Amino acid sequence: MSEYNAQELLAVVAARQLRDDTTVFAGVGVPLLAAALAKQRQAPRLTMVIEGGIIGPEIAPGRLPISTNEMRAAFRATMLPAITDAFLFAQRGFVDVGFMGGAQIDQFGNINTSVLGGDYWKPKVRLPGTGGANDIASLCREIIIVTAHEKRRFVPKVDFVTSPGWLAGDGSRQRAGLLFGGVSRVVTTLGTLGFDSITKRMRIEAVHPGATIDAIRQNTGFDLLEAPEIAATEPPTADELSMLRALDPDRRFLG
Amino acid sequence: MGGPHLKSAEYDFVAARRRLEAKPKSAGEKLTDLEDAVSRVSDGAHVAIGGILFSRTPMALIREVLRARRRGLTLTRNLTCYEAELFMVAGSVERVVTAWMGIGLPWGVSKIMRHHVESGKVAFEEWSHLALALRFRAAAMGLPFLPSLTMLGSDLMGVGGMKTLEDPYTGATLAAVPALFPDVALLHVHRADRFGNCQIDGYPHMDADIARASSTVLVTTEEIVPEEETRKHPDRTVIPGFAVDALVHVPFGSYPHECYGLYEADVEHFDEYAKGIDARGADAVSDYLERYVYAPATFPDYLDLFGGERLARQVRQARELT
Repeated sequence: MSEYNAQELLAVVAARQLRDDTTVFAGVGVPLLAAALAKQRQAPRLTMVIEGGIIGPEIAPGRLPISTNEMRAAFRATMLPAITDAFLFAQRGFVDVGFMGGAQIDQFGNINTSVLGGDYWKPKVRLPGTGGANDIASLCREIIIVTAHEKRRFVPKVDFVTSPGWLAGDGSRQRAGLLFGGVSRVVTTLGTLGFDSITKRMRIEAVHPGATIDAIRQNTGFDLLEAPEIAATEPPTADELSMLRALDPDRRFLG
Repeated sequence: MGGPHLKSAEYDFVAARRRLEAKPKSAGEKLTDLEDAVSRVSDGAHVAIGGILFSRTPMALIREVLRARRRGLTLTRNLTCYEAELFMVAGSVERVVTAWMGIGLPWGVSKIMRHHVESGKVAFEEWSHLALALRFRAAAMGLPFLPSLTMLGSDLMGVGGMKTLEDPYTGATLAAVPALFPDVALLHVHRADRFGNCQIDGYPHMDADIARASSTVLVTTEEIVPEEETRKHPDRTVIPGFAVDALVHVPFGSYPHECYGLYEADVEHFDEYAKGIDARGADAVSDYLERYVYAPATFPDYLDLFGGERLARQVRQARELT
């Protein structure tokens, strides 16, 4: 078995979530690497959609983009629509999966990337903001959150709902007018989490190699439910790791 | 401070239409210099900035607005880069309307932005990327709002004061995204003829909508082409001359930000800028303003601070990618 770090595990498990003949809204960093890896393996007919108004780019190994709005993110793209139209493809229903990260995530999969503590207009900590995350969370058919598993991130209730997950569960997302989508999975450095079909509370679905259910619980700031059967995540294969590493030879995002 | 800052003047489509009707929409000469172009930006203006993050940023126009030392500005840009930090430290901006502000992941959360927003000196009015884009599109269409499925159910609704409406056909709940008619647009394009017919290469971002939404439109261009070139490729024109008030020929007008196909962003310059702030906080930005904005009298003087070799390197890198 090969050695790998947490970022590599995250990218490999995230890549396995993607199916062939689909589309994915991917941000820079691990999500983009995961999408590129999936395209090289099980999903050759996957199309990446990128926030800067970029459709179908390829990744030039060693020249990974820092932003979703630069030439490196548009390398060999098949279409460069206006940013507005890139998001409207998602509103129309053309985008299957949205990959997302987040500073704070709660038990219903809501994400905060706006403010921590205090009043919105005079917060304790002002974060960069939503960017396109709110739109991706609102408009894609399915959201997959990809994140490090840390107790400070996994909080019972986010200070501010920047990107809607299941809101308060029990149909509240639909009642707010969000007729489509929702968070299906949270892929972390310790395991894969999902949601109860009715209450939409977060539950443990798979445990990654080297992690335990206890470790997942200890690193989560709220009580997690458990799926009827909890799977053991297959470790990254040598093949997956070598393909992934070839995409980021400078270890810009793989650490 | 302390509540939604949505102003009725921003979505008043009737008043915005009257302003446009009262304005000359000339097919005549638009070429001028930066100083004259920017004389159209007044204190307290709502300024929309084209491009996105560090792509096709109208840096020459931004530099000139800073040199004119305007006060009380509202700056709107979907993804706001460090140009807004320059306005914050210069004391020129009271409100930023945006979906995101920073340079990018490697540089972390902006310390300058945090200081100004957390202390209540500058209001950070956050909209989702699509919602803010639709605010420009609604205005570009001459409408007071556009319906959308985005931002619903989130706490962002309350920040901007966005309302919902019931679809009269299906009864569904929709976001009623209010139009945004800025006073002035600052834009940078690849080429234009002297009458202001503008063409953009690569990703168009949302500059064409911003141009239609704004009362006054100021444009810098990498290249001035003969009228015949425009007429040969009219399908490439995205902003018509009659919508443009002032046009300035400024090669490398986005530098150190990128211009698609022409030059890549100078990421090392961002590193130097961010390192300065890490070491010396806002003083580093004051020094940056002095060195890059106030001291160089002209844009070529400013480019000389980077040097021709560095510019040539960025050009080479862009060619490799496009």
